[in-house]
Amino acid sequence: MKYVDEFRDSEKAGFLVREIEALVSTMTLPPGRPIYIMEVCGGHTHSIFRYGLEGMLPKEIELIHGPGCPVCVLPMGRVDDCVSIAENPGVIFATFGDAMRVPGSKKSLLQAKADGADVRMVYSPMDALALARKNRDREVVFFGLGFETTMPSTALTVLQAEAEEITNFSVFCNHITIVPTIKAILDSPGLQLDGFLGPGHVSMVIGTAPYEFIAKFYRKPMVVAGFEPLDILQSIWMVLKQIKDGRSEVENQYARIVPDGGNAAALQAVSRVYELREFFEWRGLGSIDHSGVKLREKYAGYDAERKFAIPNLKIADPKSCQCGEVLKGVIKPWQCKVFGSACTPEMPLGSLMVSSEGACAAYYQYGGHKSYKEAV
Amino acid sequence: MNVAPFIHARKLGKVSVDKVTLAHGGGGKAMKDLIDDVFVAAFDNRSLAPLEDQARFSLAELAGHGDQLAFTTDSFVVDPLFFPGGDIGELAVCGTINDLAVGGAKPLYLSCAVIIEEGTSIELLRKIARSMAMTAHAAGVSICTGDTKVVQRGACDKLFITTTGIGVIRRGLALEVGSARPGDVVMVNGLLGDHGAAILCARGDMALDTTIESDCACLHDLIGALLEAAPEVRFMRDATRGGLATVLNEIAEASQVAIEIDERATPIREEVKAFCEILGLDPLYLANEGKIVVIAPPEQADAALSAMRAHPLGAGAAVVGRVNRGEPGRVTMRTVFGGRRIVDMLVGEQLPRIC
Repeated sequence: MKYVDEFRDSEKAGFLVREIEALVSTMTLPPGRPIYIMEVCGGHTHSIFRYGLEGMLPKEIELIHGPGCPVCVLPMGRVDDCVSIAENPGVIFATFGDAMRVPGSKKSLLQAKADGADVRMVYSPMDALALARKNRDREVVFFGLGFETTMPSTALTVLQAEAEEITNFSVFCNHITIVPTIKAILDSPGLQLDGFLGPGHVSMVIGTAPYEFIAKFYRKPMVVAGFEPLDILQSIWMVLKQIKDGRSEVENQYARIVPDGGNAAALQAVSRVYELREFFEWRGLGSIDHSGVKLREKYAGYDAERKFAIPNLKIADPKSCQCGEVLKGVIKPWQCKVFGSACTPEMPLGSLMVSSEGACAAYYQYGGHKSYKEAV
Repeated sequence: MNVAPFIHARKLGKVSVDKVTLAHGGGGKAMKDLIDDVFVAAFDNRSLAPLEDQARFSLAELAGHGDQLAFTTDSFVVDPLFFPGGDIGELAVCGTINDLAVGGAKPLYLSCAVIIEEGTSIELLRKIARSMAMTAHAAGVSICTGDTKVVQRGACDKLFITTTGIGVIRRGLALEVGSARPGDVVMVNGLLGDHGAAILCARGDMALDTTIESDCACLHDLIGALLEAAPEVRFMRDATRGGLATVLNEIAEASQVAIEIDERATPIREEVKAFCEILGLDPLYLANEGKIVVIAPPEQADAALSAMRAHPLGAGAAVVGRVNRGEPGRVTMRTVFGGRRIVDMLVGEQLPRIC
């Protein structure tokens, strides 16, 4: 078992699609609209497009591509801050690859690199720490980005730097947390959602308990889902089954990876290193209380926000940009005023057009200017 | 290794230091010694040794091969210079030979222009020149003119090579990118994505140990056999930067047809698949340096496939898809999972995803 091809079996897929169709045919649809299921995580969005899942589902089901792509929800002002740090002559700015193209108000990190800033692509925060070891005369700043999935590795890197007494390393912490964000989406007016596919890799760290409020107080089914196409189909079936049975529970489809209690060691590192911010600004969604973390006072020496004078300006999203409405599922990407015209993957206006996990880029790349179902 | 048994009329200069300095680009004796010692000694052929300002060839000899001249150029800036399965020298020769060969040309002559960063080791240059010479010799192509420049440290990354090639297309051949027709068969000559994956691994950024080697190879011989067996082949292109996906988009666009490939039929090595899984890359966009995409009319598809499979560089040849009457310019893929997705051009470089 390699845990890859087994979860991409087209025969099993056909079986699951038929099961989903059979289930849907016995259900009462919401009046005047299909069943809306939001996949919270960008990894799911990517798989859905990569394997053409939307085209396989009955038309009574529509997937809403949620806010779970850390690159996509990064506000312009934070990108400007990154550029400002990176343009310090003594700095090596280390970042994950797909954050490089996100537009700031003036430039992206890729453009800053072209203008002479020393921006390096890394695959792990530990690679950034290795850069710091090798370049003692430079300050290496790691762009800490991502949900609970990447939060522990940044925390462990800070602890490692402390243990080695490396002083030329710091983190520009933009880690964000998923639960307040799902809550903000659920609280937003005019929202029509019937259920959620929960983020598999975030849940591997935090477990499934933090989602209980969704089932209890908002009465929405949530199924924590894996990322292979069969995982996603099965999870959709599980959400539909809950709706049909009139249940709203948190179920775990991805039990082979996600322990219900999460990963205790990772959580311990996270709480040692970070504390919650009062609020954090999200692209398209505005400010959400307690949705971001920063380094604790004890690790001030590793905090780029304290080491550098950061402009920290709030830059409003471009007016024409409708990223927020797309993120909340109010409109589909191609219904945005600038989709495919002023906003394309070559010249992204909104960050949903940047990462392959962003709903807009995925539609643009895999679906052209029309709805995916029309296009293929 | 002495690649061409040609006795020089003059004595070749020798370099006595072990690193290139700006003096080697100065146009004086140091430069002449470098060119002699590194390049003339390795390339060693009748056109080059007299060091005229240009190579000369007889028109009558060229005309003996066909009625159209093919002319192409390519620059090579690969990092690292040596990688599993090849090096920049081999790549520079294969790349330009392949660009000639996919047009149906018999490759004949290459130029070699190098830009060297000061401080580069002479031994490294010798090694790369030898690799170029061996590759060209094996392909029956002569490197017959060149240029050498040395730039200050930091002005280039160790070594850049530009090769320009001349070949002759035999009478009656007209391979054109705009000639694909609905019903045509899309083929490749083997496993895709090896070169791109090998280079990414060789850079060492990912700390992944793999056994993946570049597929860098000269394809003129395979292409010759293919055109012999299936002379009606419409078009072929080597799937270098941007990989299979990019070439298919170019063909679909130029021919105003749709193309659908089958993910299951697309040959990709298990290691490359795993590598892409880990990094969030799509193997359809990974570079190849020894793979061609062939568009053949249905009645010659079998002949084309058998001819490729009979050649060592085409043993893994496979039909990967078909041209159809769908939306002009659109490339789609039937996924392993039974869904369909659109395979578009990539905007920039593929960037690994965060999570």
